[in-house]
Amino acid sequence: MQTLKISNVGLTYPGLYTDQAVVALNGVNLEIKSGDFVVALGASGCGKTTLLNLMAGFLSPTDGEIMLGERRVQGPGADRGVVFQKHALLPWLNVIENTEFGLKLRGVDRKTRREIARKNLELVGLKDFHRHMIYHLSGGMQQRVGIARALTCDPEMLLMDEPMAALDALTRETIQELLLRVWNVTSKMFFFITHSVEEALFLGSRLIVMSPRPGRITHTYDLDFNRRFLAGESSRTVKSSRSFIEMREEVLGIIYGDERQSGGPKILHA
Amino acid sequence: MLERISRGRSVQPGKVYGAPGDGKSGHISLITALALIGLWSVITGMGWVKPLFLPSPAAVWQKFLLAMTEGVSNSTLIQHTAASLGRVLGAFLFALVTAVPVGILMGVNRVVRGLFDPIIEFYRPLPPLAYLPLIIIWFGIGEFPKIFLIYLAIFAPMAIAARAGVRSVSIEQIHAAYAMGATRAQVIFQVILRAAMPEIFTGMRIGIGVGWTTLVAAEMVAAHRGLGFMVLNAAEFLASDTVIMGIVVIGGFAFAFDLMLRYLEKILIPWKGKV
Repeated sequence: MQTLKISNVGLTYPGLYTDQAVVALNGVNLEIKSGDFVVALGASGCGKTTLLNLMAGFLSPTDGEIMLGERRVQGPGADRGVVFQKHALLPWLNVIENTEFGLKLRGVDRKTRREIARKNLELVGLKDFHRHMIYHLSGGMQQRVGIARALTCDPEMLLMDEPMAALDALTRETIQELLLRVWNVTSKMFFFITHSVEEALFLGSRLIVMSPRPGRITHTYDLDFNRRFLAGESSRTVKSSRSFIEMREEVLGIIYGDERQSGGPKILHA
Repeated sequence: MLERISRGRSVQPGKVYGAPGDGKSGHISLITALALIGLWSVITGMGWVKPLFLPSPAAVWQKFLLAMTEGVSNSTLIQHTAASLGRVLGAFLFALVTAVPVGILMGVNRVVRGLFDPIIEFYRPLPPLAYLPLIIIWFGIGEFPKIFLIYLAIFAPMAIAARAGVRSVSIEQIHAAYAMGATRAQVIFQVILRAAMPEIFTGMRIGIGVGWTTLVAAEMVAAHRGLGFMVLNAAEFLASDTVIMGIVVIGGFAFAFDLMLRYLEKILIPWKGKV
């Protein structure tokens, strides 16, 4: 059992065009345990990606601290895998070489790393595509490789920054279901950013809603829609159930409120 | 008619609104080359131009055969070619193992970039003929200054290409490598260097081209063998058939090397232009 503890984390950086400092994140507290699926939702500019980058170690907080177990997060590491919005795979390697890349960096022998990579590719449903080049795969398959690659390093935590944003609706649903099954068998910490309220509600065991200026967590919800799916209900049944729709409207209300305040889409002012 | 030509015939049927310039163009290039040679034969054959200014293709071919067997300017064509090939390829290989690391380092290290940027950007636009006298004063008239001059001309475009190649890696790819536990060295060697390969290859193609163009300048002083020397020496005796023959040989080799690099590029960097 592992815990990621974010205490009072803030990130302030000097403004580009004015002397005024920009507060990207302020006073964020969050605790994630193994087996948690935390989803972050919020209007653009609310600091979701900043928070993920802090957890991954790509950024360092200017206030507060992030602890993974007993250790303080001070940079990126193999204990926190990241799946990006654009797949970020390496085009000179084929599918299995991409998947085993992290183990190769660590000097794991070929036979062992191939075996682990093969297992993870099977988990994401890419059993027969080992030798394919990345640029011959569809967007959805590339993202599956991205997930398999992150899993292959056996991280404590999987950080995902809108990994489905560029996928079509059908592929999106398939990968959502796939992600829940992976989560169910691995029981790692999952942190997932999305713009889609429906996706957030379906995937998360906990939902954090963030607000901009300064970026902060304003609402937290515990959810069980993912458990209902894993218990055997179809995803369409879950997503069209009354409780799901009510929750969706509530969260949408919060986010639209934020967008209006920040001068979001003009049509909302009408 | 113009519409037909500009659209080309190799475009797939039904594909009227594809990207402009789609389709094969090799056969058109072949026709251009044959037409030019034909025009050359006609002009010289009809006696419109004196052989001193433009010898006929047959005369150039005769000269080629003579150069192959008896030789011109004290050496056979093979010997001239070998001398020049050695210079250009030596300079090219030496530039490859120095310019690419320097370019990569310029991309990933601000100190190295600050150090080399003014040097490269200053001398790069200078014509090699301008600094040739200086190189002769410094390094004499042996083989080294000749290779060094070609090397300098190749170095700049290759270093600049490698440096630009560093930019073609995405921040996500670097982040992903770090998040898989990569060290800084691993990120540079296994991600950045590989991602820069397409640009490095473009730099190699530009570099070898520049190398051939600098060859004649390098063989201007105190050479007794080489294609550039052969052409310059022939010019002094107004032997325009040898001059043209030399130009064709240089052009042929330059073209062959470019084709070879293009072929290697296709095999080694299959992902180029696909991501």
